[in-house]
Amino acid sequence: MKRFFPFFVLVTLALLCYAFYQAMYVAPTESTMGDVQRIFYYHLPHAWVAFLLFFTNFLASIWYLVRRSERSDALALASAEVGVVFCTVVLITGPLWARPVWGIWWTWDARLTSTLVLWLIYVSYLVLRRFATGAQTQVLSAALAIFGFVDVPIVYLSIRYFRTQHPQPVIAGGEGSGLDPRMWTAVLWNLAGFLSLALLLIWLRYRLALAENAVEEAHANRALGPEAEMRSGKSDGRAEAEMRVTKPDGRGSAPQSSSAPKVGKPR
Amino acid sequence: MTVMAVARRTLAKDLRLEWRAKDAVNSMLFFALLVVVIFSFSFDPTAEESRRIAGGLVWVAFLFAAVVALNQTWARELRNQVLDAYRVSPAPAVSLFLAKAVGNFILVSVLELLMTPLFVIFYNLRSVGPVYQLLLIAVLGTWALVVNGTFFAAISIRTRSREIMLPLILFPISIPALLAMVDATTSVLTGEASPRFWLQLLAVYDLVFTTVCVALFDTVINAE
Amino acid sequence: MKSSASAPTDAAPGGAVNTPQQTPVSRPPVNARAVVSLEGVVRHFGRFAALRGVTAEVDAGRLFLILGENGAGKSTLLRIMAGLLKPTRGSITMLGSTDLREVASRMGYMGHAPLLYDELSAMENLRYFAGLYGIAQGIDTRCQAAIRLVGLDPELKRGVGQYSQGMRQRISLARAIVHDPELLLLDEPFSNVDVQSAREMARLLGNMRDEGKTIFVVTHQPVVLEAVADESLLLSAGLLAARERGLPEYMKFPYSQRADHTDADKGNDGACPGPVEGGER
Repeated sequence: MKRFFPFFVLVTLALLCYAFYQAMYVAPTESTMGDVQRIFYYHLPHAWVAFLLFFTNFLASIWYLVRRSERSDALALASAEVGVVFCTVVLITGPLWARPVWGIWWTWDARLTSTLVLWLIYVSYLVLRRFATGAQTQVLSAALAIFGFVDVPIVYLSIRYFRTQHPQPVIAGGEGSGLDPRMWTAVLWNLAGFLSLALLLIWLRYRLALAENAVEEAHANRALGPEAEMRSGKSDGRAEAEMRVTKPDGRGSAPQSSSAPKVGKPR
Repeated sequence: MTVMAVARRTLAKDLRLEWRAKDAVNSMLFFALLVVVIFSFSFDPTAEESRRIAGGLVWVAFLFAAVVALNQTWARELRNQVLDAYRVSPAPAVSLFLAKAVGNFILVSVLELLMTPLFVIFYNLRSVGPVYQLLLIAVLGTWALVVNGTFFAAISIRTRSREIMLPLILFPISIPALLAMVDATTSVLTGEASPRFWLQLLAVYDLVFTTVCVALFDTVINAE
Repeated sequence: MKSSASAPTDAAPGGAVNTPQQTPVSRPPVNARAVVSLEGVVRHFGRFAALRGVTAEVDAGRLFLILGENGAGKSTLLRIMAGLLKPTRGSITMLGSTDLREVASRMGYMGHAPLLYDELSAMENLRYFAGLYGIAQGIDTRCQAAIRLVGLDPELKRGVGQYSQGMRQRISLARAIVHDPELLLLDEPFSNVDVQSAREMARLLGNMRDEGKTIFVVTHQPVVLEAVADESLLLSAGLLAARERGLPEYMKFPYSQRADHTDADKGNDGACPGPVEGGER
């Protein structure tokens, strides 16, 4: 996979450039809102990608609870982090669009509000990941991820109904508003480009998470003592050197050296 | 012992503990009272306005009181590490969850029963819609807060900054339920709309999350 | 004094060492009477390795002391045996089962902390915990019997939070034995307990061992159990450093009161000082 990485980066860049061209030059200017409407080509694809990423987080969390696989936990973490980033973009582009067009920053419109709640749920997931300690972090976060995603349809339902009861101006294009086919093309190209970018970022973050795990495991192996480190096949030659030079271990109150425990002589 | 039998015993034990450690409950009651008073100072509406905003105020006040209660009931299990004694026994983890959830429900309901008359007095509230609907909203809504709250409290007490973690992870997920509770209460108080959709939503929320909690609690309580 | 005839699996009369290098590659025949079997048990807390590969097999019906300096991993080992923690690596079999939840009803655990509800009386505490173990009929009788066995009065209505430390430890022990488990895991049962109570508890443990129970005691006061201990397992820095009959010789002396004897004390070759000539087990 690593060999494809540069190629993947190029593809992503190409897609993003072409998508930019589509959004800024090819797509027609919107009749009522003017060029500001072009922000929509960023707003909508980011929303879709964010949702897809949170769904990925949901599946990865379930898989983690079933199989306790480190890789699925790494994927869950990566997809949540990148998802929150994309979600943030949605929440920023929404008001940026609303302000020039309608003169207001925020109206608690259904879609934007749902996205805000989604953002809050996954930020709380990231907070839990940061504040939980030890091995339980992964299990607890996976549980929270399941709660969060199960909540998503309920969030949408409740906010939609609320808005029908108390209508407000709609920012991100109403339900019935159709799109010129050339606009759809721009949306789809941007979707492709940002999906590619998301996959790229997730790939990087995933690799980083696995590397961090590997470092922790190496430290943990080292704590077992040089002979155990050698047995686990992960030593770097330093273990043998340690065995020869017995140096005192600075860890805790145990005055023992990190080499093999002293053999008790028969009494 | 069956799941329900253990749950009943644990609930009985918890209620006895609440009763004996009355100072904890009393401080919660006082906190609830303070919340009501402070809100009343902050918003001084006319009778008509009060019906519109009371729904939101009341439920936010209940939410804060609930968070204090939820943290307390799990903190008791951590004192003397007595939760270990439960975990080494063959008793099923789900019984512990049910007992704690029902116990919290009772405790939070008591708080609500004490706070409501105060709100009625301070805001001169009179409901236009039928009162039994308000009761229904209260029951479904309280369970929605308590079921997730009990679960997340069990998670958050094992993290750093344990007390603040509970609201951080509970509030976002509870937003749809809160929306339902607030809007339903406002609809009934003002008599302007039927709370039926909201009641259905709350029922679905309660069902879905009770199931998820029961399914995942064992995994979570035994995660070290 | 002791019932079982066979020697512990890997202790020579002078005490053998179970270092990682000596762990056999091929598995020895499984000891059918082994009530606890640990194999390469490793437990990490983040980067810190509390247990670094403990392997041991023990027979039923004996009283084992788990000794070692602070931070050696004794409590961690006990918690893993009780099922409160899972080993990061390695396997553990208790009472013939690798799923510790299955055999939970046959094990009793006494933790470092009291594991009791301060506001409830002794009987109320015991009734609740006995209920968790599925005891329904005659529950009151059994609870009263357990409380009397540890030398306390079941009629006391005070919350156990108001008991003295010694009384609390004894109620904690009563809680651990009320369901008549086959295997007991006790973490520092004598800490802060007066000498008289400690002696009585030690005698009680000896009686239970004679009835056929297997008992593991983590303690910093091994002298209390001098008369009843069958074997000592010495943990050091997360490894099983020694395994001996009775108490290690040096612990029978005033040295036993020091929980922090270092390598310097043990002399250059790592053996413990102390007159050995004429010393007998």
